[in-house]
Amino acid sequence: MTAVEPDAAQRLAIATDGDVVRVRQAVRALAQGARLSLVDQTKLVTAASELARNTLIYGGGGEAVLSELTNGRRTGVRVEFRDDGPGIGDLDQAMTDGWTSGNGLGLGLSGARRLVEQFEIDTAPGAGTRVTIASWSR
Amino acid sequence: MDAVPILKLGSTLLVSIQVDLQDQTALQLQEDLAERITQTGARGVLIDISGLEIVDSFIGRMLSSIAGISRVLDATTVVVGMRPAVAITMVELGLQLDGVKTALDVEKGLRMLRPADTTSPEALLLGLDADRA
Repeated sequence: MTAVEPDAAQRLAIATDGDVVRVRQAVRALAQGARLSLVDQTKLVTAASELARNTLIYGGGGEAVLSELTNGRRTGVRVEFRDDGPGIGDLDQAMTDGWTSGNGLGLGLSGARRLVEQFEIDTAPGAGTRVTIASWSR
Repeated sequence: MDAVPILKLGSTLLVSIQVDLQDQTALQLQEDLAERITQTGARGVLIDISGLEIVDSFIGRMLSSIAGISRVLDATTVVVGMRPAVAITMVELGLQLDGVKTALDVEKGLRMLRPADTTSPEALLLGLDADRA
């Protein structure tokens, strides 16, 4: 994603509803620390909430790895969501607004991508899913 | 998991969400509200979300569902107090809040629900009686 090395990493398990809330709160704290604007904080936390729920519901649980980033004068936050679930076969379809394999609104992946500066997804059927997002201070 | 309290003011149910909502708590609120509407015959539901730091697709869907459930139970739902950053994020996320009426704050929301009876607790709280005099 970037050549920038994370300053420190924080790992949070995602196995329950309560864990999704804890991921949101931890991302919020890091985003404040990295001096993201209030709107950018809100966007990053919302994206993290969507992706943490995906990890829980579609991935069967997993973890979030949160890191602070530094690149010259800019500071940022990166969050990686990992699960060992079934993975995604048709990524184009999964990234389409309104498409869902469950009973959600189908905004999770496509919506989360719009809310952050950097978005990467690595998945294959049977190989789990890794989604990495990052946003930076201005 | 703490339940979100539901207060009754005249024929209006008031809900102020002050906690970071877990999905289960959101679903519970939906059921509790449906129950209270039928119990009390409430005509309006006012949901204050000024305490919410985010509205993601799950919470957005909950708000739409509550509005839909209220409607078939003959009550109107108004969502008030959305933070500006939340509004910006929600629109970018693609959330529509279908069928949900919104107002900027509790007072405007109560006016929207506008009880016809000027001696009702809501009308007295808003001073509607005095407005008309």
